[in-house]
Amino acid sequence: MKVRHSERSGEKVQLQMTPMIDIVFQLLVFFIMTFKIVSPEGDFNIRMPIAAPSEGIPDDELQIPPIIVRLRATGTGHLSEIRMGETPLGRDFGELNQEVRRIVGDTTGPNIQDAAEVEIDADYGLQFEYVMDAITAVSGYVGPEGNVIRVCEKIKFAPPRPEP
Amino acid sequence: MPKQKERVRARSGFAEGDMTPMIDMTFQLIAFFMVLINFTEADQHERIRLPTSELAQPPDAPLEDAITLQLTKEGTILLGGEEFAIERLGVPLRREREVLEATPGKSVGRATIVIRADMRAKAGRVQEVIQECQKTGFERFALRAKQAERRSS
Repeated sequence: MKVRHSERSGEKVQLQMTPMIDIVFQLLVFFIMTFKIVSPEGDFNIRMPIAAPSEGIPDDELQIPPIIVRLRATGTGHLSEIRMGETPLGRDFGELNQEVRRIVGDTTGPNIQDAAEVEIDADYGLQFEYVMDAITAVSGYVGPEGNVIRVCEKIKFAPPRPEP
Repeated sequence: MPKQKERVRARSGFAEGDMTPMIDMTFQLIAFFMVLINFTEADQHERIRLPTSELAQPPDAPLEDAITLQLTKEGTILLGGEEFAIERLGVPLRREREVLEATPGKSVGRATIVIRADMRAKAGRVQEVIQECQKTGFERFALRAKQAERRSS
């Protein structure tokens, strides 16, 4: 009781800041050490049903043969050529995007867009980044306001080519 | 009068600085790091360099029953802290399937296999991974990419 009385009668109560500052610094160090700048990631859905399309139950959707995108690789795994069907498109994924947009039509209504399917047929040794570029080019594009405009949502892979 | 008090304190060896701005700043820093900390990076691996895509954007809702497979550029799979050859992937996948089937409301058909493949991995390897997963009964796949800077086209 004596101690309390003397504290209350004083002009200023002295708070012990040291333990709090210790803990605060420990927290700060923990967060700084565990901090890592991680860029956001996103997923592209791939439709790979187990039953082959001919064996599967036909759905009510409009049936359109898939657009086949052929990606040829050089010996070192780099891209040598893109073909859409029989049309050679060089090595420009922008051109592939334009072609897919021309065929699927991003303004012609939802029906064709929903039914359109792209089949990616890549060489075994092609580096995965080119496959991702192709998937990006066929799935959509960035609009003038920075928004993503989807063109084709259905993407699948052709049966794998044998290892050279 | 306050000056006199300070002088007395200084003489007694007890100088007190104003801690308030420092504590303010420290709390702000802690708040900054707390907000930005990302605990979900548990499924990321430093060996995997993801390809970039300007259309990749984080999903609004987390994927249902996602199983993350990491494909290295050498063509091996990292799953749950272990490294497997693609041909041996069936063993851990069957284990995952058993867990899914034993859990009410979950099924293999509804689970998604997230493939985090290295940008230098071979496309054929990615397809082999998909085939191995199909053999175990998985049907839904997602290829993961890092978000790139967007340019309108």
